[in-house]
Formats: sequence, structure tokens, C-alpha cells
Amino acid sequence: MEVLLSSDKIADCITALADEIVSQTSRTDKIAIIGIRSRGEVLAKRLADILSKKLGEKLPCGTLDITLYRDDINNPQGRTQHIVRSTEIGFNIDDTIIILVDDVLYTGRSTRAAMDALMDLGRPKTVKLAVLVERTGRELPIASDFTGYKIDLPADKTIQVNFIESDGKDRVILI
Amino acid sequence: MAKNLLIKNGRVIDPVNSIDKKCDVLIVDGKIAEVGKIESKADMVIDAVGKLVLPGLIDIHVHFREPGDEEEETIASGSAAAVAGGFTSVVCMPNTDPPIDDATSVEYIHRMGRQTRKTHVYVMGTITKGRTGEQLSEMGFMAQAGAVGFTDDGSGVQNVATMQRAMKYASMFKNIVLSQHCQDNSLAGSGVMNAGFNSTTLGLPGIDPLAEEMMIWRDIQLVRKTNMRYHVQHVSTAKSIELIRHAKKDCLPVTCEVAPHHLLLTDDHCRDYDTNYKVNPPLRTAKDIEALKQAIREGVVDALASDHAPHLKSEKELEFLAAPFGIASLECALSLYIKALIEPKIIDWPQLASIMSEKPAKIISVDKGTLGKGKQADVTIIDPDFEYTVDVERFHSKSKNCPYNGWKLKGKVEYTIVGGEIRYSAQGI
Amino acid sequence: MSKNEFIWNRKHLIGLRELSREEIEFILDTAKGFENISTRSIKKAPTLRGKVVVNLFFEDSTRTRNSFTLAANRLSADVIEFTEKVSSTRKGETLLDTAKNLEAMGIDIVVIRHSAGGAPKFLSRNINACVVNAGDGYCEHPTQALLDTYTIRKIKGSLEGLKIAIVGDIAHSRVARSDIYAMTKLGAKVILVGPPTLMPSQVSQLPVQVSYSLDAVIGEVDVINMLRIQFERMGANPFPSIKEYSHYFGLTVERMAKAKKDILVMHPGPINRGVEIESEVADGPNSVILEQVTNGLAVRMAVLFLVNQAAMAKE
Repeated sequence: MEVLLSSDKIADCITALADEIVSQTSRTDKIAIIGIRSRGEVLAKRLADILSKKLGEKLPCGTLDITLYRDDINNPQGRTQHIVRSTEIGFNIDDTIIILVDDVLYTGRSTRAAMDALMDLGRPKTVKLAVLVERTGRELPIASDFTGYKIDLPADKTIQVNFIESDGKDRVILI
Repeated sequence: MAKNLLIKNGRVIDPVNSIDKKCDVLIVDGKIAEVGKIESKADMVIDAVGKLVLPGLIDIHVHFREPGDEEEETIASGSAAAVAGGFTSVVCMPNTDPPIDDATSVEYIHRMGRQTRKTHVYVMGTITKGRTGEQLSEMGFMAQAGAVGFTDDGSGVQNVATMQRAMKYASMFKNIVLSQHCQDNSLAGSGVMNAGFNSTTLGLPGIDPLAEEMMIWRDIQLVRKTNMRYHVQHVSTAKSIELIRHAKKDCLPVTCEVAPHHLLLTDDHCRDYDTNYKVNPPLRTAKDIEALKQAIREGVVDALASDHAPHLKSEKELEFLAAPFGIASLECALSLYIKALIEPKIIDWPQLASIMSEKPAKIISVDKGTLGKGKQADVTIIDPDFEYTVDVERFHSKSKNCPYNGWKLKGKVEYTIVGGEIRYSAQGI
Repeated sequence: MSKNEFIWNRKHLIGLRELSREEIEFILDTAKGFENISTRSIKKAPTLRGKVVVNLFFEDSTRTRNSFTLAANRLSADVIEFTEKVSSTRKGETLLDTAKNLEAMGIDIVVIRHSAGGAPKFLSRNINACVVNAGDGYCEHPTQALLDTYTIRKIKGSLEGLKIAIVGDIAHSRVARSDIYAMTKLGAKVILVGPPTLMPSQVSQLPVQVSYSLDAVIGEVDVINMLRIQFERMGANPFPSIKEYSHYFGLTVERMAKAKKDILVMHPGPINRGVEIESEVADGPNSVILEQVTNGLAVRMAVLFLVNQAAMAKE
């Protein structure tokens, strides 16, 4: 196990992400943050807090459960189980700039599922992808718009993102 | 065919003559010639060391489905099953299609039985024409043709007046018995299993034990009045046997039988909706089993009868509600009685021989059930300790609706000798 | 998050009697994730795309069948409707024949409603597809009980310690049986109310209280579930008249006055207005009858999803 990002580094990355988002959007845009369950949800909340402060207004923030849209849902999965939880988006996403937030961008399959799930909820103006860690190994033509940290990794390695809210401490580790 | 048959060194049990010893049995011209130490030569000798030599077993309650449902069983297939199970005599129930309710039908059953040359095939006629519970059948003509008794088995005669009339009328004939499948339909309703907690959780209509007990009580009152010889078929509940015990204490001419499933299985077995456990009267509770075993120990039960009721796989592969009642168990019945009664030492071998041969013969008034000198040589030779696994695929019966499939049981039939002829041998004939 | 340890591995939903508290709660938790599909602009998810669900209904039921159909449709499954009002006979096509025929067409999930208790279990033993019980005889109606408990949980937060009365024909009610299993497993106290002629054999062995007086219990219960009087299922008349039944066991405005202010009034539908429940009560502020219907959809989507998942994992 190797620690890729410490707690401080993570905070720096999130702040950098927020700055990037602010620099690329206009004050008149309707912006909303939506995190992909489950680590993306935590990240989205933190990002929304920072952005709200920077922009001086409370940004709407929601959570998207993508289980029903996964492309491996009907493949034999051995003993791993997909848990369906609720999508909690308490605002209309029509004509909004959606910042879709996930902890790690790897194959791109979760992002694909999230985009499909999002489209069933309404018609956003644009969807931007923000991730804490981006690693190589894309299986679909998907790229992030805002990236906290980039790394080249062989396929047999796994990245795990831990947050205080869900795991007791902030860190990104390599297994 | 050997004229003389000598069975050497078996444990010979003949309750009628109070015999239970290691000795020989000599059969000459189809009759028992001698029981004891026999030195003389014979055409054929069976070495019965370690085996039990019993008077031929009698099952007074089987369904051979002929005429009408030959796909399920025929008199030929049922008879083959009977001798494989050690039975030298069986009594066919008349609930065939059409029912056995006249002399011609009785003669037909007899003829098919003779032609098969396996077990003795007896038959009971119906009490009422067409088994409808209304008009009396020609019991006299049927008795003349050789019917050993009368029953509307499959259901009981519901109407009290009709049953009273049947008892009164039948009482003028000698050597016949009125048998009843005791179940009051107004209480049993559309039930398919014992009424109790299991029927509640399975969501199936239940048959209240009272349905059986009410009719037994009712019929006993009629016996009190008519003094007709009366037999209760497949007793299944503790209170039923209590009623019969009292009737016997009052010296009424009442006898009864118990089926193996009512000694070994309970309504817990219905929990998986396995229709092989659907039987009528239904499987009851452990308490009922205890009461029946106690009654057998005390000699209150006169006969063990399999109620062999064959059904096709396709008929049993239905919802529990829709499948027909019945268990096919003729071929392993003896082993089931051993498991239920001998192994837990409820009774000993002479007592078992008595309620599987001597007493059933008395109920149907046939001169059988003993190894007495000069009697027809119906003999069953078994290895009581041989253990085997029940395999329905090896049954001679056409039907395999047997919940005991896969059970490990003791008691192997070595020879079934009917009228001096070996009609079944474990080695093959 | 540690809840993920639990694995759902049943490819059939036959009844709630055999389910653990954990399994029941897992279904209810899962159902929550399906609730918003019905409220958003595109009321469909691709989850069961390419799967075939058969509604095999041998008994009349518009509501349950529609609810299952809609649930399957919302998950993008194809649905075959098979309705037959024929009960099995010894000759002719049997339930097994029918099921095998459907299976030969390549189906994935069978939703079965049948008048014989045990028919779904029988089916599950004999075919490879997932089997979901939509009501069998008077054995079980698991999805109804799941939506009942879901509705109660959603409003009351939990069933722990609640007193719930189930009123009516308990003997012939599959809803009552499934409710008893689900509600008691989730910690509620269940009181069965009805005339003795409509109580099943040895009801005392169930983990419930029995009362023959609705007036005696109306004041103490948090939830009251009024069963439909099913005239067709009762056979010989177990009570002298509807009027007398309503007098003793009907939920009237007068009786409601004695009830707790926040009592939930439930009914599995379709209601017999004026028989087991007065219109004013059925349509009143304490009634959650329509919420039950809405929640039924989420629960049935969850069940279809879960059995399919288990079947996938077992392949």
C-alpha cells in the first residue's frame, strides 16, 4: 500500500479543482454539482461548499446513483453485489451546467452510466466532468474537464480514495 | 414345478400355533405338510438360515386401478409389486372406473388375478351403487361371487340412514365385513392436508381430524344397534383409535387397520408442497403417531395395510391443491413396518406376523394367516436385517409416487411362496 | 457503508416466511432507490433491458398485474401477459406444461398468481427462470406485505414497537400471512381481528395476538390494515350477513373517533366501500391506501431487480 495523496494534498487538489471550475464558467451561468455515489458524493459536497463561497451563492448539489445504468449489471458478477440507493437531486437540471463529480476516472464506464442516468432526469445545458484522480486505462471515449491529480498506472493496480465522511480519514492510496 | 419344497433352518413364526423357533417347513402339493425338524428329502430345498419364515403376508387395502386407470397400475403390475413386497394375498379396493359394484366386476378382478399368477387377489365391492352413497349395491350377489367385504373407499358413506341400512342389510350375509373410509365431507370440505398450523402457513385447506372421528363415532353407534361386523380403514388420529379402543372394550365387532405413512410421516412433511405426501386421510402429527403405535402395542390395531395408491408422475407433478391423494408403498411396506414398529421395539416379530397375516385373514374371513398343517402354503421368507435403499425406479408397480424413495430400510423379501409355488425370489425366478 | 456485507442471493421470491429480517430490510432499502424513477421526466431505467418477464396470472387481478407490468416496463424489460382462468386438472395442460412452454421461449422472470397455495414454490423447483410470487391461494402475497411495511416505515420511520391490527378474513388471506411475517420480523406487534370463523387453524402458534373485537383494539393500534372481504374465497358463509359483519368489523367513522390521531389506515385493495371500510374513512386523512399503490411500484421494481441480480450471480 502506498499513499498517493495525503489529507493536505487532497485539500489542495479540491481547491485547485474549484479554481479551475470558476475560471471556466461565467457568473451568469446556472451551475449545479452532482456527485456519483458513493465517493463522488462526498467530493461533490466539498466542492460545492468551496464553490459556493467563491461564487458568493449557494450552489445546488445532488447525488446520483448509477447502479441501474451500469453496463455490467446483467453480467455474472461472482459475489460482488450492486446495491441500489436513491438518487437525490432536489433541483431541476434542465438548462443547467452540471459539474459531474467522481473520485477516480479510470475506464470511463461509470461516467457513461452517469451521463445516461442524468439524461433521464432532464436536459442539462452542458455536462462537465470533474475528478480527483485521473488514471490511464480508458475503455470509452471519455475525458475529464477538471482534474485534481493525474497518474500513469498498470492495470493490476487499484486506486482507493478515502474520505473522512465515509472512511474516517482523507487519503488516496495505491493497492 | 417342485412338488415338495423344504424350507430349512429358518426362524419359523406362526402366531396361530404359537410357534417361534428355528426349524423347517415342508410343503407338499401346495399345502403345509409339516413344521418341525424334518430330515426327509425334497425336490427343492431353501436354505433359510438367518431368515424369518412367516405365514404369507396379507394386505387388505390396495388400489390396483383396474379397470379404468391402467396407466397407473394394473392387476398384473400390482400383483408383481405385491409378491416383491412379500404379500401372498391382497384385497383390491372397489373405487375403480367403473367401480366394482356388481358380481361381474368382482369376477373380473378375480380372473385377472388368477391369470397373473402372482399373489392371491381378493376384492371388496362397493357399499353403494356407483359409490354415490345413495342406493345399496348388490352385496349378496357380490358376496356370492367372492367379494370379501364392502366399502365405498375413497370416501365414506355420508348419509347416516344409508349406512344404517347397509349395516342392517349386510348383517344377513355370513363372512363379510363392512369397511369404511371414515371422513365426514361436510367437515373435511375441500381439504388437502391435515388441518393445523402447517395448513395455516402453507395456505392450504385443511381436513379437520374431527371429520374422521365423527364418522367413526357415528358408525360405532350403528354397530351397537345392528351388530354388523365393521372395519375402520386407515385410522389416522389419536382420538379415532381411542374411539375404537372403547368400542372393542364394549365387545363390539369392530376392527381397524393402520397404514405405514400414518406411523412414519407427519404433516410437517407437506411443508415443501411435495405431492407425494398428499394422502387421504392426511398425514397427521407426531402425537397421533404415538397414539397409533401405543394402540398397536396394546393389540387394538388388527391389521397393517399399505393403502397402496399408485398415481402417475404427471398427475403428482401438479400444485398440491390439484394433485390426487395417494402413496404407492406396497413394495417397501414390510420394511416400513419394521422401521416403525420392530426397530423401536413397539412389538416383536410374532406380533407383527399376527397383524400382517393372522388377523387380516380373519377380517376378510379367509382360511389363511397360519403355517398350520394342511393349510394352503402361503409363506413369506425374509432377511430381517438386510439393509437397502428404496429406489422407486426398481419398483414393479407402474407408479413411483413414493415418498420413501431414497430411504434406508431394513428387511428384504427373499421368497414369496403362494400356494406352494415360488412366485417371487430375490434372486429372480 | 458496512451494510454492503450482506449479499442478496435469492433468485425467487416465494414468501416472506422464509426471509430473515435482514433480507426484508434489504428489499425495502433497495426499493427506496427505485422510488424516484416514477417521479422524474423519463420514467424508465435500462436495468432489465433485454430481459423477458412473464405475468402468469391464473386468477383475476388487475392491480397487482398492472403494478408488476409497469414495474417491469420501467426497468425496460419486455413483458408477456399470460392470463388464464383455468385451474389445473388431472388431464389437459398442467401448470408445469405451461411454464415449460414459456421457458422454451426464453424467459427470465415469471411473476405468478395462482389460486393454489404453493404453486410458485412448485414452479421454482421445476424451471430455471426466476419466480416471483404475486399471490398464491391463501399462502402468501409477499410484494403486498413488502409495500405495506415500506409504506409504514416511510411514514413512521420504523416498525419497531408499533401495534398493527389486521382486520377481516385472516383464514383465507395471503396478505395477512405475509404481513404477519414481515411486520413481526421488523419488530411490530400484530393483532389479528375478525370473527372466529375467519381465523385459521391453530392461529395461536403464530407470533400474534388474536381479538374478536375491533372496538377493543381500535384505540391502541398505530396502524390498521383492513382486509378485503373476499366473498368468492370464503365458501360456506362464515358470518350471517354483510350487515352484521360490518357492524362488528367495519372501519366506520364512529370507530375512527376512538383511534389514535395519527393511525394509518391501510387496505390492500380493491376496497368494498361500506363493507369493511366506510368511504369517508377510506378517503380520509389517515388513509394511506393510494400511497400503498405508489410504493408498490418501487417495491416490485426492487424485487424484479434483486431476483435478476441473484440469477445473474448464480450463472
